[in-house]
Amino acid sequence: MSEKPKLAVFKFASCDGCQLSLLDCEDELLAVADAVEIAYFLEARTEQIAGPYDIGLIEGSVTTAHDAERIKEIRQQCKFLVTIGACATSGGIQALKNWQDADEFVRSVYATPEYISTLGTSTAIADHVPVDFELRGCPINRQQLLELIASLLQGRRPSTPSYSVCIECKRRMTVCIAVARGVACLGPVTQAGCDALCPAFARECFGCFGPKETPNVISLTNHYQKQGVDCAHLTRLTRSFNANSPEFKEASDLLSGEQPSADTGDH
Amino acid sequence: MNLAKLPIGSFVRIQKCDLQSLVADLKQVHDRVVGPREIDAAIVYDDLDHVDQLPIGVTDHQDGGVYRLTHQSSDSHFDYVVGPQSLKGFLFPPRETVSESVRTDGKWEIQATETPVMRIAVLGPRACDLRALAIQDKVFLEGPYVDPGYQRRRDALFIVAVNCRRSVATCFCHAMDCGPAVTSHFDLALTEMDDHFAVEIGTPAGGLAIEATSWVPMSEVEVAHAKQVPAALEESMQGGTSARQMETGGIRELLMDNLEHPRWQEVAERCLSCGNCTMVCPTCFCSSVDEVTDLSGDHVRRERSWASCFTAEHSYMHSGNVRKTTRSKYRQWLTHKLATWQDQFDSSGCTGCGRCITWCPVGIDLTEEVAAIRGE
Ligand code: SF4
Ligand code: SF4
Ligand code: SF4
Ligand code: SF4
Repeated sequence: MSEKPKLAVFKFASCDGCQLSLLDCEDELLAVADAVEIAYFLEARTEQIAGPYDIGLIEGSVTTAHDAERIKEIRQQCKFLVTIGACATSGGIQALKNWQDADEFVRSVYATPEYISTLGTSTAIADHVPVDFELRGCPINRQQLLELIASLLQGRRPSTPSYSVCIECKRRMTVCIAVARGVACLGPVTQAGCDALCPAFARECFGCFGPKETPNVISLTNHYQKQGVDCAHLTRLTRSFNANSPEFKEASDLLSGEQPSADTGDH
Repeated sequence: MNLAKLPIGSFVRIQKCDLQSLVADLKQVHDRVVGPREIDAAIVYDDLDHVDQLPIGVTDHQDGGVYRLTHQSSDSHFDYVVGPQSLKGFLFPPRETVSESVRTDGKWEIQATETPVMRIAVLGPRACDLRALAIQDKVFLEGPYVDPGYQRRRDALFIVAVNCRRSVATCFCHAMDCGPAVTSHFDLALTEMDDHFAVEIGTPAGGLAIEATSWVPMSEVEVAHAKQVPAALEESMQGGTSARQMETGGIRELLMDNLEHPRWQEVAERCLSCGNCTMVCPTCFCSSVDEVTDLSGDHVRRERSWASCFTAEHSYMHSGNVRKTTRSKYRQWLTHKLATWQDQFDSSGCTGCGRCITWCPVGIDLTEEVAAIRGE
């Protein structure tokens, strides 16, 4: 039994949705528990087994000085470190604060602002420590999570695509909403993995899997602008769950004519 | 056994209202009858129970990155052209499990997956898509390796083709010598006239199917009149703006002698490498084969799915990605379609259907790219 690889799940600034995807594996959950020792997973198990761990899954972004230190310790404890979800991989929706004055938020939201200790930015785990693999999405796709675990157990590379959502959209024969309805869709620049969920329900992709390989976000937003899509709408579209990923950020900054604040100090 | 009285190449006339009896008859002998339907703001193929479900009175507007439908009060059954889907998906499914393997006591057992073949009758394919069918037949059936799944599905396919009487701005079948007149690869071919359909018999099976409906023979004059419909369209496509134009003379040399032309970089600045053009192209045949395992590693499914030369994995070789830039990917796609396809399959890989122009999210237009390289 002690031969089973040890899996740990750690939470940073996030909503818990990605961790829940693991619990959501229902049918496969028993097989997972059979194949790996779930050594540290506060959402699922009160018992905490000390590291080192074979696989560390990190959910959430770094938004406090304390977390910036904690991730370094965790990195030392984990042989294979995987970020799960948009928060851990690019900073998440909370990275919208990177364009604002976080101090002002703290003052206006909290009754006792002195109790709050937060950084001016929300940043990806990879901005702090080396990351071995990323699972994208808000939340992650559970099939991809199972594929990741299976590949690690079998000693092979995980098979997760890095091409566009459009490829999956066409494979399921969804009619393109960008072309047929003139809706600004981020599918052409977003990484696949969700099986083109949103377009299948006639909703535009809002990029929750983050930029695909060789993304050309600015060509797409230029084209949508020429088609008459409002610049403010495109700024919001590119500045959401993966606002802080370099390619989306470049596009949204260009669209809004703004630069994010470079402030990363403690508040 | 019934022997068809109607010879191949003969024409008969059926009343518009009798199209339904043809559909009903096809339903008797096929598992599915599919035809053009207006679904999700486009004309796509779907099950057809009744001709009332056809997009009657619907016309399409297509241009680079744009597709829109308009509705008119007319009884025209087929005055829209090709939608995003072609026949490709029926014969070469976008996703397919090709084998399953199980490991017991260290021993592997591998089994080919044989999904039951549906006998499908398709109403509506146009000349360009029949030409694409001929090209895909060559790819999947005529090389040293025959694709058994494609073969079974192809043998079970019945085609009621339609002659176009209208084109959209993205069509250029006339320039590729692939249309608009339907000339081969059909069981029946319809030409919509004012108050009836002229039906050409393409195969004995087609002849039998039409005999089950009420038909009347057509005179030579009437046949000539029906043939004039796609001929008139071809003339108008050659002339002007109702179609794209593509000069194909010496195109192989033109492209292969210009592999370093600055235009490749210019198009790469707009191209998203999203792969939509390859997915909608009726002749693109690339696939990727992946092994999907369960956690134990004892069960493996081998899955084949549509792939695209615009993805990094498609160009991944033992030493890495051999086509890293969008410039080299776009150049691969266009030179394969229009130039090296000729070396490989003795024809162009393009039928002029225009789908890659319409369904490109940023409206990149291969006819424009070729013209630019030609220096026009
Ligand atoms: S709907 Fe969106 S994801 Fe689907 S093909 Fe169109 S642009 Fe791509
Ligand atoms: S279509 Fe886009 S926004 Fe929707 S789930 Fe997929 S990646 Fe996320
Ligand atoms: S290259 Fe474009 S126009 Fe030619 S057959 Fe393919 S999709 Fe149609
Ligand atoms: S040409 Fe258009 S459809 Fe094809 S990969 Fe480039 S952007 Fe996508």
